[in-house]
Amino acid sequence: MKMDMLSIRPVLAVLVSLMAAILIVVFRKYKNIREFLTISASIIKFIIISSMLPYILAGNTLYYELFQILPGISVAFRVDALGILFGILASFLWILTSIYSIGYMRSLNEHSQTRYYAFFALALSSAIGVAFSATLLTLFIFYETLTLSTYPLVVHKETPKARSAGRRYLIYTLSGSVVLLFAIILSYSIAGTLDFVNGGFLPKDTSITNLQILFVMFIIGFGVKSAFMPLHSWLPSAMIAPTPVSALLHAVAVVKSGIFGVIRVIYFVFGSELLLDMGLGTVLAYFVSFTIIVASLFALVQDNLKRRLAYSTISQLSYIALGVALLNHNGLVGGVLHFVYHALMKITLFFCAGAIYVVTRKENISELNGIGRKMPITMSMFFIAVLGMCGFPPTCGFISKWYLLLGTVNAEQLPLAIVLLISTLLNVAYFFPIVFRAFFKGSKTRFKFKEAPLFMLVPLILTGFLSLILGIFPDMVFQLAERIEGG
Amino acid sequence: MNIIQNLPILIVIVPLITSFCMPIIGLFRRRYCFYLTLITNFLILIFAMLLLNYVINQGEIHYYLGNWEPPYGIEYVIDHLSAFMIILISFIAFIMTIYSKEDVENELPTNAPLFYTLFMLLTASLLGIVSTGDLFNLYVFLEIASLSAYTLVAVGKKKDALIGSFNYLIMGTLGACFILIGIGFLYLVTGSLNMADIALRLPSLYNSHVVHAAAIFFVVGLSIKIALFPLHVWLPDAHAHAPSTISVFLSGLVLKVGAYAMIRILFDIFTVEFFVNTLPIAEVLSWMAAIAIIAGSINAIAQKDIKRMLAYSSVSQMGYIALGIGLANAPSIIGSLLHILNHAFMKGCLFSAAGAIIHKYKIRNVHQFKGLGKKMPYTMAAFSIAAISMVGAPPFGAFFSKLFLALGAIESGKWIFALIILISSLLNAAYFFSILERAYFTKLHDEKIEEAPISMILPTFILAMGCIAFGVFMFILEPFLRDIATSLL
Repeated sequence: MKMDMLSIRPVLAVLVSLMAAILIVVFRKYKNIREFLTISASIIKFIIISSMLPYILAGNTLYYELFQILPGISVAFRVDALGILFGILASFLWILTSIYSIGYMRSLNEHSQTRYYAFFALALSSAIGVAFSATLLTLFIFYETLTLSTYPLVVHKETPKARSAGRRYLIYTLSGSVVLLFAIILSYSIAGTLDFVNGGFLPKDTSITNLQILFVMFIIGFGVKSAFMPLHSWLPSAMIAPTPVSALLHAVAVVKSGIFGVIRVIYFVFGSELLLDMGLGTVLAYFVSFTIIVASLFALVQDNLKRRLAYSTISQLSYIALGVALLNHNGLVGGVLHFVYHALMKITLFFCAGAIYVVTRKENISELNGIGRKMPITMSMFFIAVLGMCGFPPTCGFISKWYLLLGTVNAEQLPLAIVLLISTLLNVAYFFPIVFRAFFKGSKTRFKFKEAPLFMLVPLILTGFLSLILGIFPDMVFQLAERIEGG
Repeated sequence: MNIIQNLPILIVIVPLITSFCMPIIGLFRRRYCFYLTLITNFLILIFAMLLLNYVINQGEIHYYLGNWEPPYGIEYVIDHLSAFMIILISFIAFIMTIYSKEDVENELPTNAPLFYTLFMLLTASLLGIVSTGDLFNLYVFLEIASLSAYTLVAVGKKKDALIGSFNYLIMGTLGACFILIGIGFLYLVTGSLNMADIALRLPSLYNSHVVHAAAIFFVVGLSIKIALFPLHVWLPDAHAHAPSTISVFLSGLVLKVGAYAMIRILFDIFTVEFFVNTLPIAEVLSWMAAIAIIAGSINAIAQKDIKRMLAYSSVSQMGYIALGIGLANAPSIIGSLLHILNHAFMKGCLFSAAGAIIHKYKIRNVHQFKGLGKKMPYTMAAFSIAAISMVGAPPFGAFFSKLFLALGAIESGKWIFALIILISSLLNAAYFFSILERAYFTKLHDEKIEEAPISMILPTFILAMGCIAFGVFMFILEPFLRDIATSLL
């Protein structure tokens, strides 16, 4: 039996890190208290969100309305399978990233750490807000606060290059928001409501042209953060941010909130039926498959490790969008699985990149000769994640890609299946040389074993193993992914 | 009970009398002027709260001056809209009195009594405009407000202030002439000056050319007063060179009261039916407003002087309010009213933060703002909150006013205006983020914290809190504003 239960927990989940942000600023003079606050907030947040999981698995949803602006427009939270998936993912990885951040920021003796932790907490509040939004407007509000709270993190270095990256970030995301808000207002004028409904809330009798324009605007609006080409170029330049930021925000929270928006639009605003009728899903699928291939090609020629990872993210995000755009069950499951798995694998890769930087101060792939012998644990985890990215069994990347492939076959779109296969080859082409270089190149003399501090090492081992374990035992994620369409 | 019935006149008379006493007090002790202003404005704030409370719970208050019944005598009417404006004016006046202490000592040390005289006169006349129910009385107060505003701009130390004030005087007087002619025409055909009375008599005269001319004179005259593009040329100089306290007043209140007069005259004296269908006033007004929104923002981007930038931004923001009036439907009116409130707080906060920066570091050029976020953390925090609110980012106040305006635009089928509202947010972002970037994300060698005095930071912060509160607690405001909108339409 399905139930829509009233619960304040989603609000609390959002508020926890907001309160943490305030407290972090208050205790800015005391380093240890500040960092203790970050970690405890992340743990409390994770506990609150996990406590909602049983309800969702039982097929219920949790609902809380804050207030109504106009009839049909309210600011409200609803936790459903898709939302809790994103919520658990982001809040769990926040715990690890907080621990990692402490190691990273302290090792590098970074400046303005209070600002860093405070805005990080704010960004997480916003990401959870995005995950639990019950209406398009609520989602937009948190989507915007996410943009603004990550800006100071992108500009953290305060160099001219960082400032220009920040400017580019704002120009892209704010322009996207303008298009998005316009689309939201138009949908309100068409439907008279903005509440997400499984199967879409736009009336079926709307004129096709209007719907097409609306869909394009939504995709542009959410496409900026999802880094669809040609809206992607903010992401590689945002890699100037400290590595934990790139890891959690630019591989998980921010970019995934864009994709999350795309999923919401496809399944909860338009509904798969309406899109199938108009054939827009296939258009989107082909549009993003361009990104999958081209971004991989771009990744091949990057020498900066983080930039290569960023292009890989761009390509992988489009996998998710592709799966969702196929509008069939397997595609959706594949997309949602990849949503989770890509986060785990990419955060591992970024954690490794950060660890390498902290130990050796090297950022470029060409300088990484023999690093695997110096930092064997880090590079092994890197290798596991790489295997996942390339979709080798038994890592988790294999499962999601398998479902994506099934989806393309079900949708009878053979060219898309070929795109997936080619991109896998490209993944191998841009990831394996790094591993090869790390383990087999460089002088044969003995390297001195030197790993990153434990604060950094433990999180990256955890995420590395998790991406392996979830590949072998994907039950939990499966159950949630299955529930999204069935709900 | 009796006191409350008399409040409509008390709230105008008390500051007026204070203003007349001010020069005499100033003769004895210059310092006392500040305290007298503070006490009076506090009293007014209490009056305003009582009025608001009464109006919400018991409905409108009608007060007949000298017990002469309208339409023969002057009537004061406090309805929801008036109460809304009164509480806004008295709150900002009180907050800015606190702020003025340091500002006046610094910017006009010798002229303090003069300043406070005019300051109280301005407050009194603004309160008069929003509480009167008599058209000619409104004009008189509008002129008192303008005259005291001209003088307050001119008390600034530099020669530019005089030029700014003179331009303001010329344009303002032109606007006043137009309004007066409009009132004259209406008096000619209806024989009445009481707003409610005129509104009763007008519908049968809607085909009269005199009425048409009157409407147009009103709109043009008030457009000058609210600095609607391209009638805005007086504004940047006047706002930029006035003392900071007065910049807040001019941007936050004097312009808003002009917008109030426009709403009152167009919606209450004329009807929506008249200015939308009989004459294309609404259409013209919306388009002018749309141009103002874009042109004001583009001009603001080009400015280097912080106060001029904020002044041009006001031109753009007044465009939003005028657009809401021009669209003339429920969401757009709510948007306009909300923006009156939000903009008063945001621009007030920005001008007072700018004032604090000028007070402490004597810098006006935004290129010199490097590292200011570290040197003046509190002032810049308030500035950032207001700036981000200006950009229209949720959950700050201006997001909701822009949302309502955009919904209003869509409701009347003019989606182009919705697009303009949204795009202008990007232009706002362009000039505000360039300041924030410089202030926060540049490395400095000495990061010594040197803040402005607490009497400047506190008001700035209260205004910044307003920007957040009106966003987060918008749902409390909304029913009240909806009442106003339905009563206007």
